[in-house]
Amino acid sequence: MELVTFFGVAILAVASALGLVLRRNPIHGALFLVVNLGCVAVLYLLLGAEFLALAQIIIYAGAIMVLFVFAIMVLIPGKEETGPDPLRPQRLLAVPLGAVLLLEAVLVLRSHVVGGGSSRFPGHQPGSPLAAVPPAVRPGGIESVGRLLLGDYLFAFEVTSVLLLAALVGVLTLAKRKAE
Amino acid sequence: MVPETYYTMLSAILFSIGVVGVLVRRNPLVIFMSIELMLNAANLALVAFGARFGAADAQVLVFFVMTVAAAEVAVGLAIIVAIFRLRRRLSVDDLSLMRW
Amino acid sequence: MMRDVVVAFVLLNVLVLVVTYVTYVERKFAARMQSRIGPYRVGRPHGWLQPIADAIKLLIKEDIIPAMADRPVYNLAPIVFLIPSFLIFATVPFAPGLGLADLNIGILFFLAVSSLEIVGLFMGGWGSNNKYALLSSMRAVNQIISYEIPFVLAALIPVLLAGSLRLSAIVQAQSGLWFVAYPVIGQLAFAAFIVATIASENRVPFDILEAESELVAGFRVEYSGMKFALIQLAEYTHMFGVSCLGALLFLGGWLGPGLPGPVWFLLKALFIFLLVTWVRWSFVRIRVDQILRFSWKVLLPATLILVMATGLWVALRSGHVS
Repeated sequence: MELVTFFGVAILAVASALGLVLRRNPIHGALFLVVNLGCVAVLYLLLGAEFLALAQIIIYAGAIMVLFVFAIMVLIPGKEETGPDPLRPQRLLAVPLGAVLLLEAVLVLRSHVVGGGSSRFPGHQPGSPLAAVPPAVRPGGIESVGRLLLGDYLFAFEVTSVLLLAALVGVLTLAKRKAE
Repeated sequence: MVPETYYTMLSAILFSIGVVGVLVRRNPLVIFMSIELMLNAANLALVAFGARFGAADAQVLVFFVMTVAAAEVAVGLAIIVAIFRLRRRLSVDDLSLMRW
Repeated sequence: MMRDVVVAFVLLNVLVLVVTYVTYVERKFAARMQSRIGPYRVGRPHGWLQPIADAIKLLIKEDIIPAMADRPVYNLAPIVFLIPSFLIFATVPFAPGLGLADLNIGILFFLAVSSLEIVGLFMGGWGSNNKYALLSSMRAVNQIISYEIPFVLAALIPVLLAGSLRLSAIVQAQSGLWFVAYPVIGQLAFAAFIVATIASENRVPFDILEAESELVAGFRVEYSGMKFALIQLAEYTHMFGVSCLGALLFLGGWLGPGLPGPVWFLLKALFIFLLVTWVRWSFVRIRVDQILRFSWKVLLPATLILVMATGLWVALRSGHVS
């Protein structure tokens, strides 16, 4: 059952990613990206990370995509990629390069360094502190994430808020029309 | 139970599609969306690794990546809009001079 | 598994029926406020068959697709708009044990799924290829982004008070005193919640995205027949869902003396719905810049301070801070 769900969602995710890259209309691309992000959210659910799945929907589908669509609507593009492409040979080179990258990534992931089951991970034996999570605190549970976020990672958490503030100020300066 | 290798493979596929998207497309908005695709693929791999070791730290990392992505999108889109206002067209090929 | 499917099926059908009659209640209520009678002719007494007649009329009307529409986007938009509206009910507990799935992150699920509504909205606005629809969806994006944050912050206050994200646990925590009755914090949070609800549901005085006098009917201007019916259904379902959330968060859900739990729950949800309707038929539309200014300069700081005050109060009460 879980496997069926995984494959269904995975196929949808790959198809929507291809749709984003292949469709000329950026609005369609944005909608494909929404589908893709939703698929990734479902995969997070399958991995037991409920909080992330919902955060993914709120942050990506609810906020980031809305920003994208807003920008697309403001710019009303659609004529950018219709003219002749002077760099077409270079661009087509990207496809084999992407394939090579995919091959490399698959090889690395299948190698014994990162892939192939937890027992072969160097330095990690079953029962080591990493694996010794008390069953009461489920790893995906929102409680453990919250404790980590406001405990071990408190400093990073606070720095993130400064980052968001900096982004806010930066966007305001960039987007402000200069007074004549 | 789905083995994590499947998740990491899927993440590799999505990442490669994102890379091709960045290289092939000319519209900065689509390139930007492809970058989001790559970020998401990386996030998926992180969560899969985290699930293998039963540690929630990976999820915290992904949460930070999402926050940074939100900031990045806001700034990036503002830059794209500013460029569009200046040049009235939108193609990355026009932006090779590293200046306004 | 089978049980869940059956429960979901029953829930969906009951919901469609309830929401259809919610529109009737709103029309009658609005008529009362304006010294009219409202729907009266179809069905005796008091036109009680009117919603059914409307639904049938919309279903058999001709479906017109604009020639220059972006067809796949245009056709999918009502469905994309409808699904989140129904999905939000998945975690709503109508009474102890009566609900589809009482997740431990129920309210987060509600907020996440309900924020997906915007996708259908801009699909409709873009797909119609109509300047009014496009303007309307751009305004919608502006407004919904602005009011999403105060909405979430206002919903966070009951979560803080109850110490749980599970909706049924939030209701249980109100068995002594409803959260709306908590001194100062409760009333302010409830007021903020209602304002944010009105804004995120695009109701008067925040209905600039369908502003009849300037944008005809906003993003749904090109829709007709069945698709128009779906959009209306989605909008009212979403409104009713948010009313249910308000009843769960502030008014103690199914808790109440005498009547059975689901009846109390329905009454409370209707109360919030009518509150919003009351505002709708009493105020005038305000301008875009006023709406945005109100959100960012008043509502957002106010809810933030409220969340901080609630957190401090909870910490003091539990003795973490002396």
